[in-house]
Amino acid sequence: MNRSRFYSFAVPVFSVVIALLIAAVVIVLVGKNPVYAYFKMIEGAFGSKQALANTIVKTTPLILTGLAVGFGFRAGVFNIGAEGQMAMGALFSTMVAMNLGAVPSVFAIPITLIVGMAMGAGWAAIAGALKAYTGAHEVITTIMLNWIAYYLGNYMVAAPLAVGSGTPKSPEISASSKLPPLLTVQATELTSGIIIAIIAALLLYILLEKTSLGYEVKAVGFNPYAAEYGGISISKNVVLSMAISGALAGLAGAVEAMGVHHRYLGALTAGKGFDGISISLIGQNNPIGIIFAAFLIGSLRTGSNAMQFIGVSKHVVMIVQGIVIFLVAAERIVRTLMMYMRLKGAKGGAEE
Amino acid sequence: MRWIQAIFEIFTNPLFYKITLTASTPFIFASLGGVFSEITGVVNIALEGIMLMGAFVSIVFTYYLGSPWIGILFAMLVGLGMAWLHAWASIRWYGNQIVTGTALILLAQGVTGFLMEPIFHRPGQTDLIGKIEEIRVPLLKDIPFVGKVIGELNPMVYIAFGCVAFAWFLIYKTTLGLRMRAVGENPEAADTLGVNVYGIRYFGVLMSGILASLGGAFLSVGELGQFKELMTGGRGFIALAAMILGNWNPVGAMWASLLFGAAEAMNNQLQSSPILHVSASTKPLFNMLPFIVTLVVVSGFIGRTRPPAADGIPYVKE
Repeated sequence: MNRSRFYSFAVPVFSVVIALLIAAVVIVLVGKNPVYAYFKMIEGAFGSKQALANTIVKTTPLILTGLAVGFGFRAGVFNIGAEGQMAMGALFSTMVAMNLGAVPSVFAIPITLIVGMAMGAGWAAIAGALKAYTGAHEVITTIMLNWIAYYLGNYMVAAPLAVGSGTPKSPEISASSKLPPLLTVQATELTSGIIIAIIAALLLYILLEKTSLGYEVKAVGFNPYAAEYGGISISKNVVLSMAISGALAGLAGAVEAMGVHHRYLGALTAGKGFDGISISLIGQNNPIGIIFAAFLIGSLRTGSNAMQFIGVSKHVVMIVQGIVIFLVAAERIVRTLMMYMRLKGAKGGAEE
Repeated sequence: MRWIQAIFEIFTNPLFYKITLTASTPFIFASLGGVFSEITGVVNIALEGIMLMGAFVSIVFTYYLGSPWIGILFAMLVGLGMAWLHAWASIRWYGNQIVTGTALILLAQGVTGFLMEPIFHRPGQTDLIGKIEEIRVPLLKDIPFVGKVIGELNPMVYIAFGCVAFAWFLIYKTTLGLRMRAVGENPEAADTLGVNVYGIRYFGVLMSGILASLGGAFLSVGELGQFKELMTGGRGFIALAAMILGNWNPVGAMWASLLFGAAEAMNNQLQSSPILHVSASTKPLFNMLPFIVTLVVVSGFIGRTRPPAADGIPYVKE
């Protein structure tokens, strides 16, 4: 293993460990036992068949939003708007799927998935086009689009689509457009969405590594001026990259609506788009790495629900994620720390 | 026609202008913070997170110590600490500034959410804890119309406008300001002339932390008297847009903040307009207004602006 390969693996792993240690200190400060809390967390994520199924259900959309953000990073755009693109994907795929009762699953499922991807792509392409043609920074435009999507979704389930009482929600989608469960453990349906997510990761890997489109996208991300000099259109690539990134986030929304909630509701995205940022950074923007990173965050999220029962807020996971992102962004901190520890270790070894 | 009538009534009511000033205040503080940081060449998208932390910390210390002003003091200290983290990662360790900023936002959301239970014994939002009351300015108060707009306001609103003047003076009329701008435009040249590039950048980022935390504190102890989870609701990003629209100039940022504040005030007044009778279910549509205005405005429909040349680029000393 060469050096840069080693660090691209070791930096995120080491960052996660540091983050968990700092979070442990925080847990001590509020008067709880971190060992017990982490034990509960692991038990909550993997302790039973149902726990594991829950973890995989949580992981599914996270793989897709992680891919969305990761693809953006490779292409040189920071798509912080996966949250809104996911909401738009879920909202519009639900609206179509509600009306597909007479259509057999063979058609209904692909149609619904495609609608979700198209909406996510379109929503992200707005930010891409604004960046390409007016120079508006995508970090600001995508955040604004997130809020617009959020309020649009809230409006749709409060007025035109509203059904029932309690939490505002849309009607259920047609049976033919639900993703079939792989297996059912008590109340948890392990949907086939996970297969879609893994296929998406593999396809994205091929797109990035084996096609000329992937090469162009990476070239623009790496050095836009050189790429343009080499005859690649930056504008076209920025819009296209945002659209592909948004399509993945929209797919996350469609899969979540079709496999888990079977309808649209305001809490459907619940930060999963933002989690994509941590996931892509932990996975080092590599589609295969992202699958594992999504599984890690999915486990933390599921496990943190169990941790709540002993009085440790699930917000711990956000603290952990924040620290991980911080350390991966300023990875020299981690590298220096690792080198320092190695030096110290070598010294200690010599003395013995 | 009801729409035109409603909008006309809002525009002729001094209350609209007063709410505009109040709604602009967090944007003014935070966008000034953005100006301070970016003018020295460090992008600070963590404004949203620092604001949230400022809102939270000021309420916590008001809760424990009883005085909102002391709460604000602690909020400024914590804002300083968060800004230091950002500065440390991006100046000392050449980190990706946008990504470390995102990390700090997440951290702020995590920490504030996490501490709700241990401190206030419930998630979501706190009780009404205490806030800074409005003050009357004796002579101003008696001017017709204008008096109703600027004669009786929260003192932090006046402070915000004072900060604009202070920032303008510091940046354009002092040696320190000249150095800040030099470091943001061309750090190599500034370094050659003996300017301490890292020191100046630290100063810019730390100032942004103090100002953004004031903006957040205004939301909690200034306006509401309570803290709600995620109460900043994207205002840090709108403040960044105000900074861009204001061409990285404190006065420009103030005007842009007023524009975005007016959008928020308009949204607020339309929702409560007795002529329109907006139903609860259509309110989300109105809430989009400030974000749509921001989106349209940053997309360059109103003039083009230019960031400092070295904005966002870590400076690596030879």
